[in-house]
Amino acid sequence: MNLTDPALLNSYSLYALYSAMGVYALAFIAFAIDLARRSSAVGVIEAADLVETDAAASAGAAASAGGTRTLERPALKRPVLSRLSARMDNDAAMPYGRSSSLRVGVSLTVLAWALHLVATVMRGFAADRVPWANMYEFAMTGTLLIMTVFLLVLVRSDLRFLGTFVTGLVLVLLGIAALQFYVEVAPLPPALQSAWLVIHVFVASLGTGMFALGFALSTVQLLQSRRENHVLEGAAAPRGAIASALRLRFLATLPSSVTLENLSYRINIVGFILWTFTLMAGSIWAEQAWGRYWGWDTKEVWTFIIWVIYAGYIHARATRGWRGSRSAWLSIIGFSAVMFNFGIVNVFFKGLHAYSGL
Amino acid sequence: MQPKLGLTGWLRWFWRQLTSMRTALFLLLMLAIAAIPGSLVPQRSSDPNGVTQYFADNPDLAPVLDQLQAFDVYTSAWFSAIYLLLFISLIGCVIPRTKHHFLALRAKPPTTPARLSRLSGFIEHDAPAETDASAAITHARTLLKSSGYRVARFEAEGESSVSAERGYLRETGNLIFHGALVGVLVTVGFGGGYGFSGQRVLVEGQTFVNTLLAYDSFNPGRFFDDGTLDPYTLSLDDFAVAYEQLNLQAYGQPIDFTADVTVTPKGAEAEPSVVKVNGPLRTNGTSIYLLGNGYAPTIQVTAPDGTVVFSDSVPFLPQDANLTSLGIVKVPDGLAEQLGMIGFFYPTQDKAESGANFSSYPDLEYPLLTLNVYTGDLGLDDGVPTSVYALVTDDLTQQNGGSTGVDSIELKPGESTELPNDLGTVSFIDNDPAASAAGDLKQSVPRFASFDIHHDPTQIWLISFSALVLFGLFTGLLVPRRRVWVKATTRADGTVHLEYAGLARGDDPALGSAVTALADRHLKLLKSHQPIVATPETT
Repeated sequence: MNLTDPALLNSYSLYALYSAMGVYALAFIAFAIDLARRSSAVGVIEAADLVETDAAASAGAAASAGGTRTLERPALKRPVLSRLSARMDNDAAMPYGRSSSLRVGVSLTVLAWALHLVATVMRGFAADRVPWANMYEFAMTGTLLIMTVFLLVLVRSDLRFLGTFVTGLVLVLLGIAALQFYVEVAPLPPALQSAWLVIHVFVASLGTGMFALGFALSTVQLLQSRRENHVLEGAAAPRGAIASALRLRFLATLPSSVTLENLSYRINIVGFILWTFTLMAGSIWAEQAWGRYWGWDTKEVWTFIIWVIYAGYIHARATRGWRGSRSAWLSIIGFSAVMFNFGIVNVFFKGLHAYSGL
Repeated sequence: MQPKLGLTGWLRWFWRQLTSMRTALFLLLMLAIAAIPGSLVPQRSSDPNGVTQYFADNPDLAPVLDQLQAFDVYTSAWFSAIYLLLFISLIGCVIPRTKHHFLALRAKPPTTPARLSRLSGFIEHDAPAETDASAAITHARTLLKSSGYRVARFEAEGESSVSAERGYLRETGNLIFHGALVGVLVTVGFGGGYGFSGQRVLVEGQTFVNTLLAYDSFNPGRFFDDGTLDPYTLSLDDFAVAYEQLNLQAYGQPIDFTADVTVTPKGAEAEPSVVKVNGPLRTNGTSIYLLGNGYAPTIQVTAPDGTVVFSDSVPFLPQDANLTSLGIVKVPDGLAEQLGMIGFFYPTQDKAESGANFSSYPDLEYPLLTLNVYTGDLGLDDGVPTSVYALVTDDLTQQNGGSTGVDSIELKPGESTELPNDLGTVSFIDNDPAASAAGDLKQSVPRFASFDIHHDPTQIWLISFSALVLFGLFTGLLVPRRRVWVKATTRADGTVHLEYAGLARGDDPALGSAVTALADRHLKLLKSHQPIVATPETT
């Protein structure tokens, strides 16, 4: 095996990538089984019990829930908030024990991540440069970073319940990259020959990884908050209504919406700092390559829009009536804009950030 | 009857609305939405040709959009209104906060709350025996102070406590971030006014003097004085392009552009230098960027009597990746009629099945120049400026090529041919006949480089403000601001009860563990400082 032959290296990179996608798919299944198990674990316990434990856990006192739910977020959540400041409280309504499928899912994800890493590094060696100079490579490195961020965060907080989302997202993106964006190894055009390619694009991918996790947490937060509201209202409602509201029963085993919101915020602010840096590094590079630091190129416009949306998200946390679900929507819109910027703006919009042959 | 607000009342109400967080958030979201149209519709600032094309493609819609300033979104009244309001709102919010923060920086931490047990991270311990409440608090105070807390000590009946606060940098960073954003906006808004940008095309061997008239196009800022241009000279000595030749997937892709130049400052020695894509040359207060390149075939037109009426290397604009290039030659004087030529240059000519010429490789392997000749009125005598890159053929008669039935002129480097109508001779001069004779055509046609020359004295400000923005973000978002209290109460039996608690001011994920760590360190300190119980000494 001649490891200096770019074509051969690239084909090994492809084998590794397709293997990684296969293992990600298995991990996805394991995580999905875990969610199903969570649901059935919740189902075992009587709905009546559920309402009680739940109201007690998220509200502290159900009585105060009665009439005070107005425009603001339920006041009853406030006292919980400050105490939730500890790194990651497991304040799930329903304790959920050890899960073998969850462990299998994480192990498979780590294996797939290793293959993914090998694929990316080999592509880099095949091209003899950083592996993020076109859409295909950027997608490969970007998803690798999303996964890396996820696995690193797992060391500190138990966010394994996001496994289905993260492996699913990475699978879809890698699938699109491999089928639609694939290009053969090509040398860097002079316009991309810059140290800023390494810095600007890498930090942008890292920021994207953060925003992806923030998005996932905000989505679960919205579902969770809907469930919590149903549980609170359901205390007085007939049983049938509760049952229908609790279709995503596994939510009971996940942290409360306030915890999810705090986690999402912490991850998104790191993403925001990285994004700010991306924008500035891009400006410096633009000045060197195009002679102006800012020219409202389509990609610049969307990078700016994303920056403003997340700035709004951060301010929303300090704005009356915007904490909670509304700010979660901003995080979701923000990440949608990130995906739009990557997938749509690059491919369909005219601009200076056009990648050679995608 | 409602009480009247009066003018001041209304202004105050308006100001309060504008500077509220809710309005700021609303304006931020508006700004994000307002920026979108600029990515959907071509903008005059970044894509003027796209705008022209848009008008041609949508003759009904375009004027309406133009009325709405959709082609100048980022300088439009509505976009400007949003960001100006946003920045006024920001300033209105930041000023009182700065004042407040300034006072807080000098204020003592607040009195210890009566019931610490209601606060987060609350821990209680019994102090080691023989501990003195007041001494315990002294230790806690030292400990907190060395950890960067600002401390205040409070004494009450039977209890001592220390109140501590840290993380003032969080608010400082926050204010710096917002202030620096204003700085960025002001610099961007006014900065461009003090500089200029100009374009100039140079063929290999040509020299340019940095004066107003020497530019092909020149855009001065509002406050820029042409007189301050520093008249240095810039010569393009050589323009080299490297093409990928090993990787068959990318065969012929340019992998390097290098412009070897000589810069001669006024009254100083000439210094050789290099301009590359991504590698501008900073010299004499200007930045010189390499933004384009192509071929400039040397064309000579000779009148029938042998007088050379035109001889120049004409920059041909590249039309595709293999540098099929289009150029215009205008010969207004010296011939029986005014002469215009539309030329195509193929660095490596090839013929499609249809018979059309195309270039199959961007380097000079088999160069060919084709010329379509027009005679008549070039329209140069009316005093109306015309583009050197376009030929208006309205008042011209086409003599060959196209539908005339006469073949276009085809020339290889070094060849000449008769012009139609016995107008004279046209030659395609070979730049390096000796090498061409030996079979190497690489130097037969000179190349041109198009340079952008910019001067912006405010960029240093911009980068400084940007650095402050980043610094402000890091500290404003990541430094935890928190209050911590330690209270020691002496019980009736003489033992000391210790309480620890914290309060987060802003997002503070580590508060609980910080209080726990403080308690642990404090207890350890108390144990190590325990008075040694006096053992009766033997005499």
